Amino acid sequence: MKTPVLNEMYWLVKREFWEHRGGFLWTPVIVGGVFVLLNLMGIVTGEIIGAQHGIHFMFNNNSLLNHPLSAEDMSKAGMMMDLVMYSTSFIISIVLGFVVFFYCLGALYDDRRDRSLLFWKSLPLSDTATVLSKVVAGTVLAPFIAAVCGVVTGIVMLLLFALTLSFHGLNVWQLLAYAHPFQVIANLIGTIPLYALWALPTTGWLLLCSAWARSKPFLWAAVLPFAVGMMLGWFNLLGTRLVGNGWYWKDVVGRILPGVFPGSWLGTGNYQNVSTGAEHSLDVLNLGNAYSVMATPGFWIGAIAGLALLAGAIWLRRWRDDT
Amino acid sequence: MNAVVSARGLGKRYKNTAALDNVSFEIQPGRIVGLIGPNGAGKTTALKAILGLTDFQGELSVLGLDPRKQRGKLMEQVCFIADVAVLPRWIRVREAVDFVAHVHPRFDRKKCEGFLARTKLTPDMRVKQMSKGMIVQLHLALVMAIDARLLVLDEPTLGLDILYRKQFYQNLLEDYFDENKTIIVTTHQVEEVEHILTDLMFIRDGRIVLDADMDAVGERFAEVMVGAERAAEARALKPLHERQVFGKSIFLFDGVARAQLEALGEVRRPSVSDLFVATMKGTYA
Repeated sequence: MKTPVLNEMYWLVKREFWEHRGGFLWTPVIVGGVFVLLNLMGIVTGEIIGAQHGIHFMFNNNSLLNHPLSAEDMSKAGMMMDLVMYSTSFIISIVLGFVVFFYCLGALYDDRRDRSLLFWKSLPLSDTATVLSKVVAGTVLAPFIAAVCGVVTGIVMLLLFALTLSFHGLNVWQLLAYAHPFQVIANLIGTIPLYALWALPTTGWLLLCSAWARSKPFLWAAVLPFAVGMMLGWFNLLGTRLVGNGWYWKDVVGRILPGVFPGSWLGTGNYQNVSTGAEHSLDVLNLGNAYSVMATPGFWIGAIAGLALLAGAIWLRRWRDDT
Repeated sequence: MNAVVSARGLGKRYKNTAALDNVSFEIQPGRIVGLIGPNGAGKTTALKAILGLTDFQGELSVLGLDPRKQRGKLMEQVCFIADVAVLPRWIRVREAVDFVAHVHPRFDRKKCEGFLARTKLTPDMRVKQMSKGMIVQLHLALVMAIDARLLVLDEPTLGLDILYRKQFYQNLLEDYFDENKTIIVTTHQVEEVEHILTDLMFIRDGRIVLDADMDAVGERFAEVMVGAERAAEARALKPLHERQVFGKSIFLFDGVARAQLEALGEVRRPSVSDLFVATMKGTYA
């Protein structure tokens, strides 16, 4: 038996999915499909050009794979294949970043513009639940779908490569067993809570702008922080030292705009301790390492600031009266 | 019985203009109240206050709840159709029914499907493919399946053709309204609602200028057709309004004794629209 609150949240998130099926589901599927197609075209091109020039790669299966693989070989093969799955996921996650960015920007604005807000407000739904459902849809549901699509694309790519190699006499099918698709999926999905928390300042800021703007929420969301930054820079140039430029751009603008891009917590100087002791290079993507960013105070300060921005968005959603 | 809506000293200002200016009124259960006024008179503001969509000064209680603080609870008992075409354009009939069925505790799915079966709407149809009339049919089917105590309609038939408009009110009366329900409706198409209203409220410049039930309206106001020879006599009784038809004058009186009027000519009950025009004289001047 579902509690009323969970039931309400489930249907609110489902509503977001219905409305944004194109962005949440079809976009990652299509990006994955296009990626596979491009690779297929590349392989076919290579085959045809190769055939035209009379180049025939034929591997002698016996020489390469007739001896049992060492543990190191297996690990390397597995790593390469995991890398393929991560890289397809990476491409999809960049697209996901854009999808979530514009989703948040429109989430509390579009229904005010087309007045369907009045329909939603005629139902006994709390504004808090409504706004939170949009956070959940954008930073939990959307990345979940993207992760699954990314790994599935990766698997299709691996099969494509294996098939191509087998045409050239190189049987690598048994190597596929050394890939870790479930581990990759678990890693990607396990990162989602981190993603949702890390993205909070961005989702909060974008939803606040979305609930606030009478028109053009993008201008509020993007131009305002840049304008403030310019002013700060100018003041600092004049010699006042109110707020540091570097701090503002990195810890304010750098958190309220690009936070919805998965992995934007990488490369923020939070990873000094990772390279030491990482057994193979993909360990940087392992959950333990990913979550080490949570040890930094900036992570939690950002999350709290994000919650405050969300509270503002909820308040505006309740009282903004312009339909 | 307790009033469904009770307002005391209701006020709301937008910058320099008062949308509601110290308004007080009560609406009893089982009534159909027409809230009628020219554009910008404050109708929509009053409805928004009742629905908890806007802040205001003064006291307002709807079904015993404060719409500012207890909106979530209030909306389980209150439905509204604000204008046509506020249903989200992307939603399908099936999704709309599913969603409302799962988030509204007083929604009766069977009933809703029964109403939809009488229309040409199909479950897979999206709102963006529908005509305005069909959107209203869907909205009405959703709303009538909710067992609410107060239904608020803000220009529900704007832009619909006459078939849809007639059907709209007919459905409401036949399949929805009963003595436990209350309807508040604002509209400019006064002729269509005047026969179903039980109460009339005129609003002008943020004030209630008339608040009476239809029987009282019939007793208080009278229209008399007077020949040219007795027109001066009629004017002496201070009519609200005078208009000329076929060389005769039609006078509208407020609170003049019936016997006095019958001496002047044929006495009729004025239509709500004539009453409206007379009351709102000079609004846009």
